[in-house]
Amino acid sequence: MTLDLPLIWAGLIAFAVLAYVVLDGFDLGIGMLFPLFKKERERDVLMNSVAPVWDGNETWLVLGGGGLLAAFPLAYAIILPALYMPITIMLLGLIFRGVAFEFRWRTVRWKPVWDWSFTLGSLAASFMQGIALGGLIQGIRVADRAYAGGWWDWLTPFSILTGIAVVVGYCLLGACWLVIKTEGDIQNRCYDLGRKLSIALVVLIGLVSLWTPFLGEQFLSRWFTWPNIALTAPMPILVLVAAGALWRGLHDYSRPMQPFLSALALFVLSYIGLGISFWPLMVPPSITFYDAAAPDVSLGFLLVGAVILLPIILAYTAYAYYVFRGKVDPHAHYH
Amino acid sequence: MQALLDPVFLARLQFAFTVSFHIIFPAFTIGLASYLAVLEVLWLATGRDVYMQVFKFWVKIFAVTFGMGVVSGIVMSYQFGTNWAVFSDKAGPVIGPLMGYEVMSAFFLEAGFLGVMLFGMKRVGRGLHFFATAMVAFGTFISAFWILAVNSWMQTPAGYAIAPNGQFVPEDWWTVIFNPSFPYRLVHMVLAAYLTTAFVVGAVGAWHLLKDKTNTPARVMFSMAMWMAAIVAPIQIVAGDFHGLNTLQHQPAKIAAMEGHYEESIRGAPLYLFGLPDNEAGETKYAIGIPKLGSLILTHDWEGELKGLKAFPREDWPPTPVVFWSFRIMVGLGVLMAALGLISLVMRFGGHIYRNAWLHRAALLMGPSGFVAVLAGWVTTEVGRQPYTIYGLLRTVDSVSPIGLPGVSASLIAFIIVYFIVFGAGVFYLLRLMGKVPGAAPDEPIANAPLRSAGIVPGPAMQHGDRP
Ligand code: HDD
Ligand code: HEM
Ligand code: HEM
Repeated sequence: MTLDLPLIWAGLIAFAVLAYVVLDGFDLGIGMLFPLFKKERERDVLMNSVAPVWDGNETWLVLGGGGLLAAFPLAYAIILPALYMPITIMLLGLIFRGVAFEFRWRTVRWKPVWDWSFTLGSLAASFMQGIALGGLIQGIRVADRAYAGGWWDWLTPFSILTGIAVVVGYCLLGACWLVIKTEGDIQNRCYDLGRKLSIALVVLIGLVSLWTPFLGEQFLSRWFTWPNIALTAPMPILVLVAAGALWRGLHDYSRPMQPFLSALALFVLSYIGLGISFWPLMVPPSITFYDAAAPDVSLGFLLVGAVILLPIILAYTAYAYYVFRGKVDPHAHYH
Repeated sequence: MQALLDPVFLARLQFAFTVSFHIIFPAFTIGLASYLAVLEVLWLATGRDVYMQVFKFWVKIFAVTFGMGVVSGIVMSYQFGTNWAVFSDKAGPVIGPLMGYEVMSAFFLEAGFLGVMLFGMKRVGRGLHFFATAMVAFGTFISAFWILAVNSWMQTPAGYAIAPNGQFVPEDWWTVIFNPSFPYRLVHMVLAAYLTTAFVVGAVGAWHLLKDKTNTPARVMFSMAMWMAAIVAPIQIVAGDFHGLNTLQHQPAKIAAMEGHYEESIRGAPLYLFGLPDNEAGETKYAIGIPKLGSLILTHDWEGELKGLKAFPREDWPPTPVVFWSFRIMVGLGVLMAALGLISLVMRFGGHIYRNAWLHRAALLMGPSGFVAVLAGWVTTEVGRQPYTIYGLLRTVDSVSPIGLPGVSASLIAFIIVYFIVFGAGVFYLLRLMGKVPGAAPDEPIANAPLRSAGIVPGPAMQHGDRP
């Protein structure tokens, strides 16, 4: 039996990116919600709710990038120059966001500066991730194994829309995470925020979904021709089911996990929708993941490590979350 | 000035700038993580409070440094694609999997256990806490292992074939990883990280001893650091010598540049202490050297024959003056480090090690020496392999992305501004943390701030005197 290594790796990288999006998504969302919480004590609680885990969450981004270089070097070599500016701004944003976790405890006078660094860094990173997503969906011009487009190709109304959608989506994840980790006033406000954000997100998902098929012939035929339509038609229905569960969760205060899990489902469904559009492309409109794949010697070698190490990683990540389970105590103070 | 309008040069500058900032942090955290693990073992074994005090002092500094290492590292892993796309496409099948292993075996390990190490003391108990510290330390080492395998393969490529589409395809992974220069580079870099840490710890200990000779935690720091200096610095010199011999074998043009030798072939080559190498003129001007020592060091024979740059095609010469001088800075600092280690040994046996203020002042002065030596060493290595990114196979000019001048220059300026602001502030906070008197009751409110704060109960990760 021979394994279809490019296929397996496409799946693994898709998993790493999804893991990044949902895990760092709620960290970044909390960063963006930060200014809405003005009191010192509230901000401490917000930050504490992710402080022990953000570093591990961000590592999935490194795996996504590093994995792409290893498994699909051609895609890596085309996508990154094509999205040069959004990626650079994202990296700078992640710097400001990441150091804030440490720096804001190390100063009194400059604390507001690092609070803003946390918020604006999170915002820049999230928006640019959304723009990068839009830029990828709308297609990248390629000639002779290299990016052949212009300097501003990535900036279009569509990519701005996806940018906004990702920002709103991350904020929703952040609010839902806080519903789990906090109590009392903060929690109530997060329920409220969650309701507004969920309406906005569902509208945005609708807009992006309606727009995407018109970006390329292949997307259109993928979604709206028989027999595909038998498979694609349930997608919008499932999205509505998840949205309904989210809405109910945000009203039923007895089940604090439900909003987060439903928001997660929304993300996963949107992601699967993207997968349906893309398959088997990796860099639309022309490069499939088979074209971009590294030789089997490379894919096989790394797969051995992935099979052994990923379960271990998932186990100790779960353990770290378990160690820091439960509510953040809102009454404890620093002296 | 012309160079500043060349996108290739700017891409190199950007890579050199960001990686130089990055390496500063790992060079310190690799050593510090091990140091913290040792302190925790000593504390568990002896029960002496002072080890926990020193641990608590350095663990805060570790957290801040580590945070900066992580954010600057993420930039690196994307920069291969943004600025060096052709290189990534061609070398991806070989170096990509090695970096993939680094992520899976090192980065997740560090990140996963860091949370527990920093604020899990109360939540998991002593044994597990020590396990977390050890895993973080182990992770930093594995990280160095893989990234140096990558870098060494670029210096001395082995175990590959070239596919029709121009990609390098691995043939034998063992040979790829354990390529000819890798063992030397790994040993030399890990020792460098330990020395860097030892000299920082020593300087901080010395600073506090200069103010109060009776401070016990400061004494412990200083003594441990001086032991490291006395033992590791001489080993590093030997390791560096072996590294140089290895380079002579695989990259003789680099050695010629490091030595400032131009003549096609020289017997009994001198060791230049000073000089101004000049590629245009093809000679090292104003050279002051020790006759025959160069040959002795590199060939272990007074009359040994060495090749100079003229033995190589002109288009393969590296920028000699940079390599020549960065090498001298590194070696000079290495010798000074060993000297300080030796002096401390003499004073230790004379019973003056905690009392001699001159020793403390010298150690204070030498505090940053490790960072400078590490940077100088990397400049030697990387500039010395020019004009290639993959030595002998892929030229730097053929490695870059099709990104125009505006893009590369704008991003370079952005990186420079952001790095100086952000990491400048970080270094300031580090210095302030180092200035706190070790073992003293924490003062409000900054010293008492949690390490990235506790997950559930916001509060200091470890209270004074409590037991994990
Ligand atoms: C604390 C840091 C430190 C100190 C004291 C030294 N080095 Fe070093 N050196 C490094 C840190 C370093 C480094 C940063 O780790 C480098 C850069 C890349 C590498 O592999 O190691 C390096 C590179 C490097 C190279 C370049 C090898 C190549 O590019 O192929 C040589 C020949 C030496 N070293 C030799 C020495 C000698 C003879 C020393 C004696 C005093 C010495 N180093 C001290
Ligand atoms: C270990 C992983 C490393 C890899 C894979 C790597 C790779 C590269 C690459 C691709 C370039 C660009 C091409 C070139 O100009 O040579 C480069 C340049 C450079 N790197 Fe590294 N590097 C590594 C580590 C470092 C470190 C830690 C430093 C620290 C100071 C460093 C210093 C430089 C410098 C100074 C240049 C510019 C050389 C020049 O332009 O003349 N490198 N390196
Ligand atoms: C171009 C080369 C390099 C790249 C692409 C790179 C990439 C990275 C990345 C992405 C991280 C963050 C990991 C996380 O999320 O936890 C990181 C951290 C780290 N890197 Fe690098 N790195 C490079 C050079 C080096 C070198 C030369 C060394 C040491 C010899 C090194 C050692 C480390 C260590 C120990 C860490 C852990 C964080 C820390 O200790 O500060 N890296 N690196």
